[in-house]
Amino acid sequence: MSLVHNFPFFSILLCMVAGIFSSMLKKEAAKWVTLSVSLGVLVLSAFTLHLTLGLDDNYPFMMGHVPAPWGNEIRIGRLEALMATGVSAVLFLSLIAGFYHAPAFVSEQKTNLYCIMVDLALAAVLVLIYTNDLFTVYVFIEIMTIASCALVVVRQNGHTLVAITRYMIMHLFGSGLLLLGIAMLYGITGHLLMEPLGIAVRQLVLTGQYNGPLTVVIALITAGLAIKSAMFPFHGWAPDTYAFAPPLSSAILSGIISKAYIFVMIKFFYRVVGMELIISQQVHQFLFICGVAGMIIASVLAISQRDIRRMIAYSSVAQIGYVYMGLGMGNTAGVEAAVFQMLVHATVKSVLFLSTYELINVSGDRKRFRYLHGAGYRNVPAGIVFTFAAMSMVGIPFTGGFIVKLNLAISGMAFGGWVRALVLIALAMSTLLNAVYFLHTVVSIYRRPTQELVYPAVDPMPRYAAAAMLASLLLIVYLGVGSEPILQVIETGLKTFS
Amino acid sequence: MSKRRSDWQTRPQARIRKWFQQGFTALDDEIINQISQQTIQQPEVSQMMEAQREAMDTRRYERSLALERLERHELQAWVRTRGRKAIGRVYVALALAMAVLMIFFLLETVAHMPRFGDPNAPVTNEVTERYITRGVEETGAVNIVAGMILDYRAFDTLGESTVLFIAASAVLILLRIDRRKDGTPVQELIAAESDDRHYEPRADRILQGSVMVLTPIILLFGIYIILNGHLSPGGGFSGGAIISAGLILYLDAFGFDKAGRFFTYKTFAWVSFFSLSFYALAKAYSFYMGANGLPSGIPLGTPGAILSGGLIMPLNIAVGMVVSCTMYIFYALFRKGGL
Amino acid sequence: MQLLYENLEQTVAVILFGIGFTILLLQRNLIRKIIGLNIMDTAIYLFLASMGYISGRKAPIVVDGVTEVSAYINPIPAGLVLTGIVVSVSFTGILLALTVRLYRRYNTLDIDVIALLAKGEDA
Repeated sequence: MSLVHNFPFFSILLCMVAGIFSSMLKKEAAKWVTLSVSLGVLVLSAFTLHLTLGLDDNYPFMMGHVPAPWGNEIRIGRLEALMATGVSAVLFLSLIAGFYHAPAFVSEQKTNLYCIMVDLALAAVLVLIYTNDLFTVYVFIEIMTIASCALVVVRQNGHTLVAITRYMIMHLFGSGLLLLGIAMLYGITGHLLMEPLGIAVRQLVLTGQYNGPLTVVIALITAGLAIKSAMFPFHGWAPDTYAFAPPLSSAILSGIISKAYIFVMIKFFYRVVGMELIISQQVHQFLFICGVAGMIIASVLAISQRDIRRMIAYSSVAQIGYVYMGLGMGNTAGVEAAVFQMLVHATVKSVLFLSTYELINVSGDRKRFRYLHGAGYRNVPAGIVFTFAAMSMVGIPFTGGFIVKLNLAISGMAFGGWVRALVLIALAMSTLLNAVYFLHTVVSIYRRPTQELVYPAVDPMPRYAAAAMLASLLLIVYLGVGSEPILQVIETGLKTFS
Repeated sequence: MSKRRSDWQTRPQARIRKWFQQGFTALDDEIINQISQQTIQQPEVSQMMEAQREAMDTRRYERSLALERLERHELQAWVRTRGRKAIGRVYVALALAMAVLMIFFLLETVAHMPRFGDPNAPVTNEVTERYITRGVEETGAVNIVAGMILDYRAFDTLGESTVLFIAASAVLILLRIDRRKDGTPVQELIAAESDDRHYEPRADRILQGSVMVLTPIILLFGIYIILNGHLSPGGGFSGGAIISAGLILYLDAFGFDKAGRFFTYKTFAWVSFFSLSFYALAKAYSFYMGANGLPSGIPLGTPGAILSGGLIMPLNIAVGMVVSCTMYIFYALFRKGGL
Repeated sequence: MQLLYENLEQTVAVILFGIGFTILLLQRNLIRKIIGLNIMDTAIYLFLASMGYISGRKAPIVVDGVTEVSAYINPIPAGLVLTGIVVSVSFTGILLALTVRLYRRYNTLDIDVIALLAKGEDA
């Protein structure tokens, strides 16, 4: 085993140790540590990606001195490495673009606590991406939940407190379902690691024993993860949380953290229960319907919002609907498109939240659309970034969003009958609705401002923040133009999943 | 001009609702008339009229804002009284139905789960077998559960300690009241302190006397539980909880001034920092060595002796310190927002 | 019914889970909601712990060097429950801290009233 094989473990360890050390650091030092940790994780993950591209299969990494069914382990393949690279790149860019306005939300003595939360959230996301053990999944999901709660609640006004209380109640309910599901699954198979679990589950399906409990287990775990990732009917906590959180936290929450839950779900489907069982139990159709409904209804709700941040929060729910639609198709092409959508949405949504903050900031901290007129002239880079990100959300060619919609449509064409029709109708309607509300926003930020409003002068945003946002734009365009190799990696990576 | 005005009063929803309620009032008709007339007059507007219209616009805008506020108020009142009852009833019915349905499904599942106490249940498999038969020689711990959570499945336990740490940090974010930069307390802190002084027990002879006797015993018992974690039931978490109970008892009897002599915020920060980083780095070392197939070089000792079990006892001590500090700081934060 | 009676511990656990869930949904008081959550979590731990028990065997602490599978119960659920308890303690702490914050701000524990008051704040 060469040194590079250890890199995923090193990246997890780096985040955790940095989180623990940040508790003793002063404000500026903690910020620098967090930034360099995300950069370090990006570099380590890039090396891992390079290594795994040369391997045919994934490889296990024992967490301890005993092998798989007895000890914990993580399992590293190219898809995991790709996700880790994407996540850390997005986090790095968001931190550069968003850290400078931390003093507006976090009191000075608590900045290092905020940095702890970012570090440990990244650690938890990495563990969820790499891990091969269901109980580890549970523990680190809890870490992620607490971290995101604290990320939101550093800004202590009434809205965030109420939103986070809702968030916590929903998420703890989700955790309860998840843990009950894991407990039942353990009870009928006697394993916690995913590979032995997969073998045991297939055995159970063959013998027909415990099939009732197995169905309930799948339902419980899927529902738990769906609640936590804001799938459509369970999205109640999401809009307020995303809208009232500090912008950097919204970017991290909706861009990165919600993806980790879905990645775990994909892992659970492929590795533990197997896609055949999911399809024969009709779970995928439930996800499909929820995804389609979310795409349309959340977009309609987004149109009716008068606060720009709530609009983007609802569009986040709609975008999660795309992921679930892809996942719910049940064929490889659909899941591929879903994974690609996760990457695209992570990039686009984080940059959208950050640029929206800039636009609001130059409009005197007012969020309604009618005050935003002319914001695109008052802060030119943020306006450009917002416009391009909105174009990706709508699905203009040469952006990542276009590739996602194209792939979803192609994988929908593989079906006949109502599935194909529903996919195409949902995509068309969602594109139309997206165009309506993003066009409205873009038009209003480039509109001549009403005379009666006086906009206070604010400090221009620092050059490095603008550069980071433009870099995210390049990433979006890259995902739209150079998507072929990434899709290839996703396709071959999914094969090593089962 | 008129096209731009789509404020709260004239937007379609509001008009439809008005129509539903009792038709338009004279005021609304007037506003609408004004708008349509202005459109006709648009081509030839004098400077004077422009100014007038601006003033009118502003007035109307203010009025609409006031109305909006009023409407929201009315809505709230409705939600508080009748609406809340109506929605509440539907919600209760739905929630009850959901709960009953869930219990039903889960009971159905339980009926088909393996039997309770069955020695041939699926959970008794090769994993359990190895833990029991080879656990002692592989981990050096007589307590198989301790060996399992701190050696075989140590990554989960590392995550678990991190959960505690991150929870303490989150509660710090929520409840810690910081002083200003120059060290003067903020208003909230003064209020919290006076509040606390109000409820704090005054020098109570009986309480203090019994605490003087009890605290050392409780602390000693906690330390015993931690140190014997690999030999008997117990370990870092339970022992740490007991120690923190002793500390909290002392704090309650003697007050913050006296407890602050040996336990300040700095103590908390340094103790949890050192124990957690020791935990993480020690485990990282053993993970690294294990995964790369290298010998870890940690002696396991004779099973059953107090110095045995390799890393398990130091890890238990670290966990115990983290847990006791975290529980103590929880208590202090809940009481008055800091130590 | 007979089947349920044989799995009495798990049956009780599942019913407790449902009760906790109902409390969580129906109570508007935040403290009661937290109690409901705790009941739910504890029910799951009971469920897990009941899974590891095997009739007539002892707790998994090796005594007198006996290391036979038939001597001890399953150690894994105990470890999982331990982890779960710590997680739920952390959550309870955070939720109670949130409750303290909300109560200091709005002087009520009713979540609906708090939501209304928060909405009215920026009007």
